[in-house]
Amino acid sequence: MATAAPAAHPAPATHPAPRGTCPFAPPPAYQQAREDTPVTRVTLWDGTPCWLVTRHQEARALLADPRFSADATRPGFPFLSAAARHLGAGKTSFIRMDDPEHHRLRRMLTGDFTIRRTAALRPAVQQAADRLLDAMTADRTGADLVAEFALPLPSLVICLLLGVPYQDHEFFQRCSRTLLRRDSPIEEVVAAQDELTAYLDALTDRKRTEPDDAILSRLVARGELSTEDIGAMGRLLLIAGHETTANMTALSVLALLRHPDQLAHLRAHPEATPAAVEELLRWLSIVQTGVTRVATEDVEIGGVLIRAGEGVVCQINTANRDGRRYPDGDALDLTRDTRQHLAFGFGVHQCLGQPLARLELEIALDTLLRRLPGLRLAVPFEEIRFRHEMTVYGVETLPVTW
Amino acid sequence: MIVHVDPDRCCGAGQCVLAAPEVFDQREEDGTVLLLDPRPPAALAREVADAVAACPGGAIRLEEGAPR
Repeated sequence: MATAAPAAHPAPATHPAPRGTCPFAPPPAYQQAREDTPVTRVTLWDGTPCWLVTRHQEARALLADPRFSADATRPGFPFLSAAARHLGAGKTSFIRMDDPEHHRLRRMLTGDFTIRRTAALRPAVQQAADRLLDAMTADRTGADLVAEFALPLPSLVICLLLGVPYQDHEFFQRCSRTLLRRDSPIEEVVAAQDELTAYLDALTDRKRTEPDDAILSRLVARGELSTEDIGAMGRLLLIAGHETTANMTALSVLALLRHPDQLAHLRAHPEATPAAVEELLRWLSIVQTGVTRVATEDVEIGGVLIRAGEGVVCQINTANRDGRRYPDGDALDLTRDTRQHLAFGFGVHQCLGQPLARLELEIALDTLLRRLPGLRLAVPFEEIRFRHEMTVYGVETLPVTW
Repeated sequence: MIVHVDPDRCCGAGQCVLAAPEVFDQREEDGTVLLLDPRPPAALAREVADAVAACPGGAIRLEEGAPR
């Protein structure tokens, strides 16, 4: 029997597309698109057409290609929500800039996130993890792991690094949630952005008279940056520094609880936690909306001509499950070769904080599994609410017992 | 095998240090690449190749040369 050839022009899909029955898996429409063709046409929320790159090789090549711009002020840059469009039109951080300006600003921070500097944080991160678990487990046998562990751990650490008072965490976590919601009303986005900016401006001003050793203070001391520039960097680090790791931690725990064989492997081999973290990063790929770029000249990708001024979304979660690169890519296998996964992106914009994220995830998982040998869900799996409307995927709450 | 690095293309992501810590390090002040061993032994060929592939800025280049 002849197999039907893939359609020459697959039906246009939307972005975002809904997930299917497995809440860990990328949208089935995108998984199918990846099998049909390396590059697909999609329609964004506002009706704008955009290219969707779903395979590993093409996504990786595109992210490393300077002909694709991360500059949100360029005509044709694709925005994945009204909130993103508003934020892209305002003062952006260097993740929405190209070199050489991106390079200049990023380099002011790279010294703070080297492998060595991050490794030196291990005792502080371990102590924070232990204290949170002490509080969570004292006199109780159940808790919401998101609220009591996964979210506070990276929040405490990024506050320490930036020089932001942790006591303000409810405020900045609320702003962050609004800014990362795809369906936030635009007036709420404007308010959250303005409030967070005003907060960081005031904090930056205070660092001028009361300096400390943390990042915000040292950015002030360089004397090269406006308060506005420092505010944009501070917003980026504060939001990226806690939302991503928090969601990865909770989702990783849930994924392990749903894969008892993998959990047993990790409990038996705690030394393999760093490798497990890499596989969880690949398999979960929590930046669920993908990474956006705009072509600055005509470029052929996967046999498709992308014209200058056309927008592209690199769909990280389908690329990271591409069987061409990761055999049986939909399977969670903590022992597999995960090299070159795209969970932190690729190219010169690749995640600045990835050594810190890896350290936090390693310590979070290791500490949880070591201290709570009976860790399990406290509610049926079907009751877990997933963050479908957020740029960064995760769970709203994770009720556990031990 | 001779290793060349271009610090101007380096974005300080530290991938080379993770892949081949015997060959690469990062400068303390800005995290850019510091080449520890421009002629690494053949036993490290796989690690060095991983570092080249993992470098997000394309800042590492290999030149075939007589093994030391």
